[in-house]
Amino acid sequence: MKHELFEILQFGIYSASILLILIGLYAALTKRSLIKIVIGLSIIDAGIHLLLVAIGYINMGTAPIFSPGYEDAAATMVDPVPQALVLTAIVIGFAVTAVALSLVIRLYRHHHTLEIDEIKNLKW
Amino acid sequence: MIYLILVFFLLLLMLGAAVYAIVQKDLLYAVIATGVISLVLTALFYMLQAPDVALTEAAIGVALTTIIFIITIRNTVRHEDDYNKKDDLKSAIE
Amino acid sequence: MKKFIVILMLAVLGYYLGTTFYSLGFGDARFEHGVKDYYLENTVSQLNVANTITSIIVSFRGFDTLGEVTVLFLAATALGGILYKKRHHIGDRSVLFPASSIVRSGSKLLFPAVILLGVYVFIHGHLSPGGGFQGGTIVATGFLLMLLAYQDFTVSHHILSFVESFAGIFFVAIGLLGFINGGTFLQNFMPVGTLNDLFSGGVIPIIYILVGFKVAAELTGLIYTVLNEKD
Repeated sequence: MKHELFEILQFGIYSASILLILIGLYAALTKRSLIKIVIGLSIIDAGIHLLLVAIGYINMGTAPIFSPGYEDAAATMVDPVPQALVLTAIVIGFAVTAVALSLVIRLYRHHHTLEIDEIKNLKW
Repeated sequence: MIYLILVFFLLLLMLGAAVYAIVQKDLLYAVIATGVISLVLTALFYMLQAPDVALTEAAIGVALTTIIFIITIRNTVRHEDDYNKKDDLKSAIE
Repeated sequence: MKKFIVILMLAVLGYYLGTTFYSLGFGDARFEHGVKDYYLENTVSQLNVANTITSIIVSFRGFDTLGEVTVLFLAATALGGILYKKRHHIGDRSVLFPASSIVRSGSKLLFPAVILLGVYVFIHGHLSPGGGFQGGTIVATGFLLMLLAYQDFTVSHHILSFVESFAGIFFVAIGLLGFINGGTFLQNFMPVGTLNDLFSGGVIPIIYILVGFKVAAELTGLIYTVLNEKD
């Protein structure tokens, strides 16, 4: 019974994160407004972070923090290396979004439009 | 069993918010849906036994990303099909 | 036509991603002896730090944290450079009308509590979940609350850049001190205490406090620059 439950859970979390990446890629490739493209990039980031943390999960594991009486509980802890990588990745993803949005503000001030087809036509 | 139903409910909420964020034409609602994605992601990180990552995602994804998007919308357009009709009129007259 | 090609490409990509991750499996320890065994053993025996993620980020892989702090600094500088205007509108903000009295009095009550929570989180980074990045963003959220509620609340730009540069220089200086004493960059040269003490872990709490100050000052400066944009 427990084995089937974990099969269903595996199917759910991996599919949801891959679907998030695909939805974000669709928004970044097809939409015409610049702010929608940046929203799509932010959704791709969320999907990738969920995928990375879900790889490091171990059945019936606990968080990798030691308590005073249980110093030898290292056998039942989840993998701490993907969590350290994802922590850096979240901060850098926010920095990239902030710089991209400042470029969007600057483009709007110059061209007075946010559609990428119009901006391609307005080159003198 | 309850655990499984809760995880599936959260995943469905996240996917529904993602589809809503890219279909909606009013940009303010799309940004709030992106904030909902980050909120559900925080709960999922906590369930996958990663409390540090959950704290970071809650502080950065929900608060700071939403405020930067809202300031950008304030300084540019509100709807997706808005643009300044000044250039359109000029090319129609010429 | 373009949408059809995009959907086709995304379906192929999704199929390959799906088969790769299903053959990996979920929840079983597939790597018998990986790097995590070394980190999980040595974080108590060698460093006396209770939080494994802190010891990985600051001590075992501390050079990547230096790179991340540099990327944040570059992003804040680039944003200030792109949104440059002749600053004759110092007093104006992007808010349309002043906030109501509930927001004003609530922010005045909540601001010290949020700052205290952020400082607590980045001081106790090696004992419980938390650390420099989390605490720094909580402090920046507190400043954002005050900036949105009051029109004339300003943060001096000189103090922010002074705190940020100071924290960055001290981070590299501690790394160089480890180079002189022990032999490698960012090595632990102070004595490690006992587990679950506030002063355990050698040089790790000092580095994390510096990172917390730097991240708080950077994100506050970034929010302040973006909020003062008015066309």
